[in-house]
Amino acid sequence: MVAEAATAASGIITSSWIVVLLPVISALLTLFFGKRTPGKGAVYGIVALGAAFVMSLLILWHFVQGGGTYTSGVDWFTIGPFRVEVGQYIDGLAAVMLVVVTTVSLCVHVYSLGYMDGDVRFTWFYVVLSLFTAAMLNVVIAPNLIQLLIGWEVMGVCSYLLIGHWYEEKQNSDAAIKAFITTRIGDVPFMFGIFALIFATGFTTSNISAIGELVKSHELSSALVAGAAILLFGGTIGKSAQFPLHVWLPDAMAGPTPVSALIHAATMVAAGVYLVGRMYEVFINAEPWVLQVLGIIGAITMLGSAFMALIQDDIKRVLAYSTLSQLAYMVASMSLGPAGRNAAFFHLFTHAFFKALLFLGAGSVIHAVHSNNMSDMGGLRKPMPVTFWTFLVGSAALAGIAPLAGFWSKDEMLVSASEGHELLFAIMLFTAVLTAFYTTRMVVQTFFGTYEGHGHPHESPPSMAGPLVVLAIGTVIVGFLGAPQLHAPFFKWVFFDEPEALHFEAWIALVGTAAALLGIITAWKLYSPKRETDPLRRFGGAWNLLEHRYYIDAFYMKGIVYPVRDRASAAVYWFNQHVLDGIVNGAGAAARGLAQVVNLFDRGVIDRAVNGVAGTAGATGGLLKYIQSGNVQRYMAFLFVGVLVLAIVFAKLV
Amino acid sequence: MSAQEYAFVVLAVVGSVSAISVVLARNVVHAALYLVITLLSVGGVYLLLGAEFVAWVQILIYVGAIVILFLFGLMLTKAPIGRDMLDNQNRWIGGIVGFGVFLGLVFLIQDAFRVQDSVAASTFRTTTADVGVSLFRDYVLPFEAVSFLLLAALIGAVVLARKDAEAK
Amino acid sequence: MIRLPFVLFFAALLFSAGVYGVLARRNAVMVLMAIELMLNAVNVNLVAFGSQLQDVTGQIFALFVIAVAAAEVGIGLAIVILLYRNRESINVDEVNLLKW
Repeated sequence: MVAEAATAASGIITSSWIVVLLPVISALLTLFFGKRTPGKGAVYGIVALGAAFVMSLLILWHFVQGGGTYTSGVDWFTIGPFRVEVGQYIDGLAAVMLVVVTTVSLCVHVYSLGYMDGDVRFTWFYVVLSLFTAAMLNVVIAPNLIQLLIGWEVMGVCSYLLIGHWYEEKQNSDAAIKAFITTRIGDVPFMFGIFALIFATGFTTSNISAIGELVKSHELSSALVAGAAILLFGGTIGKSAQFPLHVWLPDAMAGPTPVSALIHAATMVAAGVYLVGRMYEVFINAEPWVLQVLGIIGAITMLGSAFMALIQDDIKRVLAYSTLSQLAYMVASMSLGPAGRNAAFFHLFTHAFFKALLFLGAGSVIHAVHSNNMSDMGGLRKPMPVTFWTFLVGSAALAGIAPLAGFWSKDEMLVSASEGHELLFAIMLFTAVLTAFYTTRMVVQTFFGTYEGHGHPHESPPSMAGPLVVLAIGTVIVGFLGAPQLHAPFFKWVFFDEPEALHFEAWIALVGTAAALLGIITAWKLYSPKRETDPLRRFGGAWNLLEHRYYIDAFYMKGIVYPVRDRASAAVYWFNQHVLDGIVNGAGAAARGLAQVVNLFDRGVIDRAVNGVAGTAGATGGLLKYIQSGNVQRYMAFLFVGVLVLAIVFAKLV
Repeated sequence: MSAQEYAFVVLAVVGSVSAISVVLARNVVHAALYLVITLLSVGGVYLLLGAEFVAWVQILIYVGAIVILFLFGLMLTKAPIGRDMLDNQNRWIGGIVGFGVFLGLVFLIQDAFRVQDSVAASTFRTTTADVGVSLFRDYVLPFEAVSFLLLAALIGAVVLARKDAEAK
Repeated sequence: MIRLPFVLFFAALLFSAGVYGVLARRNAVMVLMAIELMLNAVNVNLVAFGSQLQDVTGQIFALFVIAVAAAEVGIGLAIVILLYRNRESINVDEVNLLKW
């Protein structure tokens, strides 16, 4: 059975593109037939993703068996020397990402059956959910930058549609626009980076492997490579919400919680990190300051957002800032070289599981108490046991408690940082303390104490609880895939140039665990006894700064958005109305004036001439008519004259 | 100038004067009578030219019948009695044209026939028998045609002039 | 020995008088009379030339002209009488319905 599955798998890898195609088909089917299908069309997405999930496991099995990278493609179009293909590039990393995306997406599809039950746009929700999954899978297997860009942009659109799913409330549609535009701002340097790389290949291809080979050969100018790397990182800053384009992610929590789980925890925001990892050849061979920039931005974001998470009352906001912080971990780890790259991907892998779990769990709680705010919660561990225990598992993973997944991945990153990057190591360690702190705060405020609300919280239906359990199991298991003691199979699949040997430093593990425990105990002490006001409010000035999000959002609005919207666009509008339209209207008026002149000429000269001719003819006729006097004798007189003349003429001539 | 020529000149003068009087007379009946004189003089000219049959036919038909017709016509149409201005406003044009015609004809005649050269052979005398022979031998067809013409004219005149009381 | 041109002059004079009469006379019967003058002038010409050319054809032709003239006068007077019946006047100036 295993052998048969194995041979099937090696054949499967050539059809990996079907994994991308399945959600596309389910999106189309849901779009056209969803409303008529019993269950409002959720079945298409769930079946498709179930199949995709199984297929991605089989593909991963190919790598488990030691299989190699597979790539294939067909020509799409050619412009001059530039060839664009559509195809697939499946290496271990891609296989792992396929599993992650299909797993989380499948869980979210099932979860939404319960969470979005009775929603006014239930069918459309599933359409966009499937479409988004297809786009992310496309980014994962893309062999060239153009195909990657397509998936990237489609994801952006789907994110916009899903954040603004309840667009009846203006703040939801505002949040959707903010997300879309902010990521777009990051996409502009990203595209320029792509163009720079295409240009470097002499406009022949955008294939990632080919570009990697070209960069490795050191034939390109270092300025070009560094510039391309930084520009590509611009896309990451936007999509993965790093400083300074982080402002959209907290507001994106306006979307439904399943959306937050899928897009803003596990997949789309991870795409930025995935991009850096895919194009790592460019980053490695650029000048060293490029990676330093990555590290600096990662560090800033990491700390800043961890502080923000400390003071949030909205449970989803806590998780959002936590995501920012964890993504920053990955970005900072990327800056540490190939080992750091692999560690970052491992953290991405584990983070997807436990962050999705936490979001879905938060959704379960929100569904029960009908409020996002933790001040309306408390003591929910008794009425919602499944949610409580799964949430606890996810929180422990996030805090980095062994032997859960978060511990192993965080440990790997710390290990990479410890070799030569002491400052980053210290920042990471401190952030781990903060992480554990706010996580514990969140758990205590939600599940411990007493419930003071007015509702009757109850456990969620199986469609929601089921995925929670699945993800919790995953959180427990997947961590071991990266454990050095177990020969870290993960790193046999995900590597740069060649698989590396991992080493386990016991003291780092101890220090990491100590940091986590410090955070947990401090938070427990502060938040267990129920208090009226948050104890952190004691830091009045700091609290204010955090509450206003370091005034960054305010700065963006007042410094950029309002001047553009109010002044610049008003100026452009004025210019358009008065100058451009004035020119056009002026041209029109000039044409009209010219037409008047021509008209005058036409009427005055030409018509007069024509009328004059006619008038002359008429006048002549008027004069000639008198010949017809009616007097026959007059006629005869003329006749005689004529006869006489003729007679004389004939007589003389003939 | 022979005796015939003298006779001719006299007849011609009489005829011309009376012809002019025809067209200038103020009284319509006077005009008709002047016409008689003209026709008689023309008949005389025919005699001088040796065409005795034509001369008599002229007098018979023209003077005898046609002038009578004219007089009847004048009577039936209540011709104005007494002096009257009988010319219309075309007088001047008519005068010019008539005079022009006369001049033109004179010019042609004078150009074609020099006075001294051509002489009328008035020794050519024809008898009625000659006329009859030629008429019924060479020109019998036109003769018959003319008889048809007269018949048609007769019937036509009757038809035209009758009162159509039986109309409707 | 009558010289031909004299005869032709006579005929020309008759003819011209007739032309004037046709054009200038108001009474329709007067116009017919002037026409008779013209026809007579033509006859004189015919006979003169017949005599000069020693051919009787001139006279034959003149006979025919006289016959036709008689017919024509008959018809003409019939028309004049009709005209008089319709309009109470035979003033040719008043027969101008085809005026402009």
